[in-house]
Order: sequence, then structure tokens, then C-alpha cells
Amino acid sequence: MSPSSHRLLARVPVGSTAVVCRISGERPVVRRLLEMGLVPGTRVTVQREAPLGDPMELRVRNYALSIRRADALRIEVE
Amino acid sequence: MSTPLPPVGAVTRRPLVLVAGNPNSGKSSLFNALCGTRTKVANYPGVTIERRSATMQAEGAGEVEVVDLPGTYSLAARSPEEQIAVESLMGRGVQRPDAILVVADATALARGLYLTLEVLEIGRPVILVLNMADEAARDGIVLDVPALERLTGARVVQTVASQGVGVDELRRVVAEVLGHPRPVPAPALTLSPAVRADVEALAAFIMTERWLTHQTEAAAWARWLLLSVEADGSDGLTGIPATLREAVVGIQQRASDAGRDIDLEIIASRYRLVDEWMTAASAVPRAERRSLTDRVDAVLTHRIGGVVAFGLVMLVVFQALFTWAEPAIEAIESLVALVQDGVRAVMPPGPLTALLVEGVVAGVGNVVVFVPQIALLFFFIGLLEDLGYLARAAFVIDRVMRAVGLHGRAFVPMLSGFSCAVPAVMSTRTLEQRKDRLLTMLVLPLTSCSARLPVYVLITATVFDAGSSVMGIRSGALALFGMYALSVVAALLAAGVLRRTVLPGPAPTFVLELPPYRRPVLSFLLQGVWQRVRTFLIDAGTVILALTIVLWALLSYPRDPEVTAQAEADRAAVMALALNDEARQARLDDIDSRESGAHLRNSVAGRLGRAFEPVIAPLGFDWRIGVGILGAFAAREVFVGTLGVVFDISGADEANEPLREVLRQATWPDGSPLMTPLAGVSLMVFFALACQCMSTVAIVRRESGGWRWALFMVAYMTVLAYAASLLVYQGGRWMGWGL
Ligand SMILES: Nc1nc2c(ncn2[C@@H]2O[C@H](COP(=O)(O)OP(=O)(O)OP(=O)(O)O)[C@@H](O)[C@H]2O)c(=O)[nH]1
Repeated sequence: MSPSSHRLLARVPVGSTAVVCRISGERPVVRRLLEMGLVPGTRVTVQREAPLGDPMELRVRNYALSIRRADALRIEVE
Repeated sequence: MSTPLPPVGAVTRRPLVLVAGNPNSGKSSLFNALCGTRTKVANYPGVTIERRSATMQAEGAGEVEVVDLPGTYSLAARSPEEQIAVESLMGRGVQRPDAILVVADATALARGLYLTLEVLEIGRPVILVLNMADEAARDGIVLDVPALERLTGARVVQTVASQGVGVDELRRVVAEVLGHPRPVPAPALTLSPAVRADVEALAAFIMTERWLTHQTEAAAWARWLLLSVEADGSDGLTGIPATLREAVVGIQQRASDAGRDIDLEIIASRYRLVDEWMTAASAVPRAERRSLTDRVDAVLTHRIGGVVAFGLVMLVVFQALFTWAEPAIEAIESLVALVQDGVRAVMPPGPLTALLVEGVVAGVGNVVVFVPQIALLFFFIGLLEDLGYLARAAFVIDRVMRAVGLHGRAFVPMLSGFSCAVPAVMSTRTLEQRKDRLLTMLVLPLTSCSARLPVYVLITATVFDAGSSVMGIRSGALALFGMYALSVVAALLAAGVLRRTVLPGPAPTFVLELPPYRRPVLSFLLQGVWQRVRTFLIDAGTVILALTIVLWALLSYPRDPEVTAQAEADRAAVMALALNDEARQARLDDIDSRESGAHLRNSVAGRLGRAFEPVIAPLGFDWRIGVGILGAFAAREVFVGTLGVVFDISGADEANEPLREVLRQATWPDGSPLMTPLAGVSLMVFFALACQCMSTVAIVRRESGGWRWALFMVAYMTVLAYAASLLVYQGGRWMGWGL
């Protein structure tokens, strides 16, 4: 499992900010998330979650991006 | 007569400017502002991406052709459609662009700069358009245009496309760039030596094989290939030579064996450069104040408020499709009837008149009748999209749609399917990825469209006694509700199954940008609606017209002269009788009905119905119902009329008591009743699930880019309908119901 300083983006509470470390998973998904600006070192704020708990809204590079929890589980942050 | 024609092509070609940009950056608005309303919309060959182009006057450069590329966040491609942007930008197989406009949202510049960088890597002259300059100014974002020009090597222009601000300057800059083309240095990415070597090796291979001749372009293409090609071929890219593919996969393999992550390195190096540019040329206020969008979202995506708002918005859209379109549809239908009467009045009766009236005019009517719903749906979608709400709707409902493998954005198309599948299939364009689009359009015709309602009404009224009820609920109402429930369940199940079978592979990632709320521009909105309507009329309309004529011929030919002669004789006999006008007319109408009925029974469709009786008898249908089902292919509600004609009752509608009566009396040859409640339910189930609508087939053909998926849809829906009806009828009989 990941070292203790690393958490998953899916577990970051609403309103908090974290920094992306690593994305793992299937290549097309990883590539897509990277290209949307979630490269390691990027600050991400979890803005809110959808009424049914999924997906979640992130603030990254000054725009609002929504991704599903399943994908947020692939993103390690610190 | 043999004056030589001037040579076509190179010599007289107009300069070509491509417009690239992120979705929601205001690209369409900018394109409209630049080129006005003279936009040509066509499809790229073989795929369903629209190619919008127009000509623009640029001072000193004359007429310039401007082409709008599909909106993308990046050039890396996962499908032939996404590949288009890259091929056009590189001029592979098409005219090389003389300049490229990249439209970026100035309030989210980093993301726009990523795409800009990818475009700059190709080495063509680039003009970076910082759109939404008004919003950037409002948010206190300061952009240093000269610094951006210096850093990127692109020309930079600020615009407010929705108000036309900066558009003249942009036109001037385009003319300038076209007039004085100068080499653009490719941006310097900081790659590790190993990845740099990977890229260089591939670029060298591309050059020696002469697929591209410019060093810069070869390197750009090499990076693109390394990012896009999948070793197992699942990328769906076309036109890449096999040897090149091998070379790419070889390099990828070696890199990953050595522990290099090429994807990450290339993308991260781009963002490093973007971040450098951002730091040097922009100042974004540190403490973001709570924007209007944020405050609105606090309500519209709130746990409870969000769901309520979603429900209300969808209710309005649905209500509009159902009721607001109705008067227009009725007007079109009466107009068609009027024209048909007019043609009949001026032309002598005969096959040509029949072809005109029942084939051509009816066919045109079949096409035009969809326009009100298409226009309304696209008006609402355009409005919600431009406002920024459509993305929120997807955000709110995605959890539900995800359960069956659909995208949150598929909700609006699915909902509109309850009104009519044709506009709904067209609206799958709001989905970004081809797989999502295909899946949605394949299952959407299962939702119970409004044309099925007359069929349900006729059948329930025929087979259930007006007074009968089950647990206090009227049987008819229960059956109707059951059909709607069935359609929803079937659509969702089908989505789940198709996702796992015919459209396999990892579900496309859900990444959804939530743009700020914005004020739409009505004229652009209406222009978009008109473009949709026009494409429908031209592309799908011709197919629907042709199918209407074919179907009409099947239902009318061959004609038996004896039937006509007999009817003529009967008419003469009635005329000879001393009757009052009313009685005579009644007799004449009766003869007409019998004549049409006899012709239909004798037609190809009538014979097909009979030939197919053994196939449909296990479902509880006799050949006459079979003919009705065939006729219903023109449009489901036609089932009622066709059935009427088979049973010698002309002009029947679903509320027609004689037709219901005759159906109740109808028997199998052995004397057992035909329309038992069980047979009725079986027939309704068949209609709920079968693809009984050629217009849907025509529109799926257009939107999926060919007959393949359209025919697949017909096939799977027919099999599904058959199996379900069989189960209902045989299962019901086995249980001893409905006899
Ligand atoms: N405030 C402001 N709004 C703009 C500007 N340009 C476009 N808009 C609005 O932004 C919304 C989206 O514009 P579009 O032109 O449809 O954006 P697009 O990039 O083509 O988006 P897609 O059609 O999704 O690819 C519309 O409501 C426009 O009226 C601008 O410069 N300033």
C-alpha cells in the first residue's frame, strides 16, 4: 500500500486542498486525468460532492473539474 | 467546345485557418463572430464529427477559409474522431493550415495553454485567442499579452466573443500572420535524456520513411503517437502504417521495461512549461472571492436543492417536448393532409397520383413532422449548455446513470426519448466520447416514445373491459404503467449488457468540466438550432422520404385489377339504387374500405404478413396484426391506421369504436378469439421493445456514421421484442391466463 504520508484524493474532505503525487490505474484513464492538469505537484481543492455523493467537484488550475470517486481513488495526494 | 479548364488546386487555393480550442472556451461564439452566419456544416468523411467551415475576408489576404475543429482538451486521441483534429493540424492527407487559432478561456488559461502548447509543437503559425476577457477582468486576472507572445512565440489577441469585442483586431492579426509567415520555433520541453531519445528515434524513423518531411512536425507526431497508440490496438486510430505502429509499440515497450513513464514525462513536461508561462505572464488573485457561480452552485448542486432543481428543469423540458410541440405537429399534419387533398383534386386518380400523395407528400410530412420537437429540444439543450447548467445536470445525475454504464450527460437524451427518439438520438452529440454516444443512442429507442401511446390505448381499450380492475386500479391504466416501467427497465438493462458485450473495454473516463454560469447569446442559440434542423432535413430527411416511398409501395403493390373492377361494379350498383344521400355515402364508404382492405391483403406486405404468420403466431399475432406491424415501420402510430385498413375500416384512430369492436370479434381460423387480454399484452410488449420506426433507424445511421450500428440496433431490438412477447404469451398460456 501507499506510504502513510500519501492519502487518496477520494478521501480528502470537502473544502480541503491537497497536492497530487501519483496516479495509478489503466493507461487511458491516467493519461486523461494527467492531461486535464492533475500532474504530480498540482494543488487540488475538493469543492463539493454531488447530491448523491458521487461524482466530486475539484478546483484545479483555476477551473472546476468533476471526476468520479472511482477515479479519485486512483489519485494519491499529500 | 474544348476550351481547356484552368488547373484546379494549388495555384488558386485560399489560405486555410483552423480554429482549435477547449470545450466551453467560447470557440463556437468566436467562430460565429469571425465568420458571420454563412457557415457550411458537413460531416468529416466516415465519422460523425461535424466540420463547420466558412469564409472570412481578411484585409490583404483576401478570402480565407476558416474551419472549426472539434473542441478538445488535448490532441491525444482515443478514437478516429479525436484523430481528426491532429490530422487536420498536421495537414496529413489534407491541406496544411496556414495559421491556427487556439481559443482559450482566459479565466482558466493553464488548461488552454496545454492545448496551445501541443499545437505550437507542430510548428505552424499560431494565434492564441484569450477569450472571455471580460470575465477574466471581472475576476481580477491580469494577463501580460506581450510577455505571452514572447514566451510562446504565438500572436496573442484578447476577445469577448459573445459581444464581438476584439474580433476586428483578431481579423487583422490573422491577415498579418498570413501575409508574413515566419517560422515558429517549437517550444522547448524539458524531457529526460532517455525520453528525448525515444522521441528522436521515432521522429527519425518517420523521416526516413518519408511520412513527414519536417523535423518539427515529425517530432510532434512522434510525441503524439507515443501518447496515443495502445499496444493492443484498442486505440481505434486509423491510417497509421503497420510498421510505424510496430515501431511505436516497440519504443513504448522498451521504455516501460526500463521503468520510464513516457506519458507522465511528456505531459508533465508540458505542464511545467505552461506553469512557467503562467507565472511569468499572468497574475491570478490569490484569495479567490466567492464567485457568483459558486453561490449559484451552492443551491443547484445542493444535496436537496440540487435534486429539486434538476427535477424542475427536466420537467419543463419534458413538458415542452410533449405539449408545446403538439400544436405545431398538428398544424404540419393538417397541412400535409391539405396538400394531399389538393394533389388528389387536380390530378386524375391513378398510380402516379397515389405515389405522389401517399409516397412523396406523406414522406415529406413524415420528415417535417419531427422539426418542432427537434427545434425545441435543441433550443433547450443549447440554452442549458450555454448557461452552464447542462454540465451540472450531468453532475447531479451521474451517480444514477453510472450504475448502468451510462454517462451523466446521457440523461437528457434518454429523457427526450420518452417524447421521440429522433431528436433524442440527435442530442447524444452532447456526449463527448464516441462510446458513450453509441451506447446511449442504441438503448434510447427502448424508452417509450409518445408514438407508442396510440397503440397502447387502442389495445388496452380493446382487450380490457372498461370496468375491470386489479386491486382497485383500472386494468388499462395498470397495463399502460407497466409498459412505461418495462421500457425504462429494458433500456437500463440493455445499456448494462451492451456496455459489457458489444462496446467492451474500459468505460471512458468521466471527466466533466463545470464551466461558470454565463449569459447565452440568443442569436447564436437560434443559429445553432437552425443548423441542427437543417442537417436533419438534409441528411436524415432524404432517407426517411425514401423509406416512406418503399414502404408505401410494399403496402400498395401488386394491385389486383379484379378487386378494382369489383369495387367499380359495386359502386355503380349503389349509384343505381334509389337511396338518400346519407345512405348512399355510407354504402360507398363501405365499398372503399373493402377495396383498400382487399388491396392491402393482396400487396407484398399482405403476403409477407401471411408468410410470416407461423413466425408470429407463437406471440399470439395472426397475419393481419403482422401487416399492421409492417405498416407501423413508417411510424408506430400508423399501426392503428394500417390495422384498420386490414380489417376493412378506413380512417380509424385509436379511439375508433368500430375498430375495437372488429378486433374483439376477430378470431383465428379455428374460431378462437384473436385479441385476448394476453395477446393484447404480448402485442404491447412487442411494441414497447421492437424498433418499429424507420425514422429512428435513419437518424441512428446518420449519427453513428453508417448502417452498421443502425442495423445492429434493429436486430437486437427485434430479437428482444420477439423473445419478450414469446415469453409473455407462451408463459401466460402455460399459466392458464387470458384464454
Ligand atoms: N462572458 C463571456 N461569455 C462568452 C464569451 N464567449 C462566449 N461566451 C458564452 O459562453 C458560452 C459558451 O460559448 P460557446 O461558443 O458555445 O462555447 P464553445 O467553446 O463552442 O463550447 P462547446 O460548444 O461546448 O464546444 C455561451 O453562453 C456564450 O454566450 C466571452 O467572451 N465572454
